[in-house]
Amino acid sequence: VKLRSFRLHRPEAVGDAVDLVARFGDDAKVIAGGQSLLPLLALRLTHFNDLVDINLVDSLSGVDLDDNDLVIGAMTRQADAESSAQVERSLPLISRALKHVGHFQIRNRGTVGGSLAHADPSSELPAVALALEASMEIVGPKGLRRVPADGFFVDRWTTTLGSDEILASVRLPVRGGRRGFAIREVARRNGDFAMAGAVCAVTVADGRVDRAAVSLFGVDRTPLLRPQVAAELTGRPVHDLTRPDFDELGVLAAADLDPPDDVHATGTYRRAVSALLIGDALQSAVEEAASA
Amino acid sequence: VPDDMEAVPVVIEVNGRMIRSRVEPRLTLADWLREECLLTGTHLGCEHGVCGACTVLLDGRAVRSCLILCAQADGASVTTVEGLAPGPAQLSPVQQAFMECHGLQCGFCTPGFVISVTAFLAENPAPTEVEIAEALSGNLCRCTGYQGIFQAVRKAAETLRDRQIVPENS
Repeated sequence: VKLRSFRLHRPEAVGDAVDLVARFGDDAKVIAGGQSLLPLLALRLTHFNDLVDINLVDSLSGVDLDDNDLVIGAMTRQADAESSAQVERSLPLISRALKHVGHFQIRNRGTVGGSLAHADPSSELPAVALALEASMEIVGPKGLRRVPADGFFVDRWTTTLGSDEILASVRLPVRGGRRGFAIREVARRNGDFAMAGAVCAVTVADGRVDRAAVSLFGVDRTPLLRPQVAAELTGRPVHDLTRPDFDELGVLAAADLDPPDDVHATGTYRRAVSALLIGDALQSAVEEAASA
Repeated sequence: VPDDMEAVPVVIEVNGRMIRSRVEPRLTLADWLREECLLTGTHLGCEHGVCGACTVLLDGRAVRSCLILCAQADGASVTTVEGLAPGPAQLSPVQQAFMECHGLQCGFCTPGFVISVTAFLAENPAPTEVEIAEALSGNLCRCTGYQGIFQAVRKAAETLRDRQIVPENS
């Protein structure tokens, strides 16, 4: 065996799961799909005395449309969200982004909430949550609280989730009108960690960009929103926008990035490729919205 | 390290047989299959979810057995590479195609590939080249250069499509 010993708790109710994490605090870790946690345990990069396995908590799984919000339970397998007709209809960006998450064998086990709570800087779903103005629904000893995605990701692998709390679901507003979405990333192979990636969501009204959101992943300690680019794009007539305009916005969005160097890519490369990915994602999203 | 590490009871269906066991919480499904069930066809390469050699079917879906605790598989049904062939001295269509197309050399990665491809073709019996490439991206092979494996997937897809014309119970 590769893993250090731990106790495994398998509650079937959310309340019991919360009681367990609240009781053990920092000594405990929630395990959902385990596709990030088990490698860390196997490599002995981390250890917890108590694992609280939420796989048996049925109420944390599933996709629902609630009052124009798409609500995805934290334990929903990535593969199930990816193939969900409801997700595809409501927010196709999520279906598209999920295809980039690991390999299909990983997505069969990995969960939507696990990816968000793990908060790897190079993962897709946190950036998608930012661009779609999602909120995290968190249960703890005092009940349910909602945290906007913008306030959820604090650092690499670090969120505002308390050690006595569990991410229960993610709530994503579904906007009407003419919408366009795009995600672009550069990775060595499909399913590998992205070296850089961009997400874009826009709506178009009366021939102009009505709303825009751009977020990046793989380029900093957390996913990043690029509000200045969104503001720059908002109000522009879509038919006047050409490739050079999108490229310019991409350069603007990437200008102040200071991505890390590692064995996969230099920071300089990551910044340069980010500009291109942003330009590409913006163009694709705007064109999709314009022709919707 | 906690000192009250209780072994937990599990009942897991493995290749059609119900197996009862008591396992340490930290035991992975892969280690249990190999060491308790003596099903050593499930190979362990990286043991952290990268190489895909340990891929098995869990309730019909391809997963990394090194990234699942055995205790979490309680109540589930597992199919390993040993469970794919219809009978002794027979091969499944995917296994047959790997053999005929030289989809293997040393064979270390093969069980994982065969399981992944079996699951993939069950969902997508007429894949495009790009879809095949994507489906294979979760398994690593250091020998073949993948060309034989690609060919095996095409061949297996063909065999499975041909079979589907024949009614199941004939």
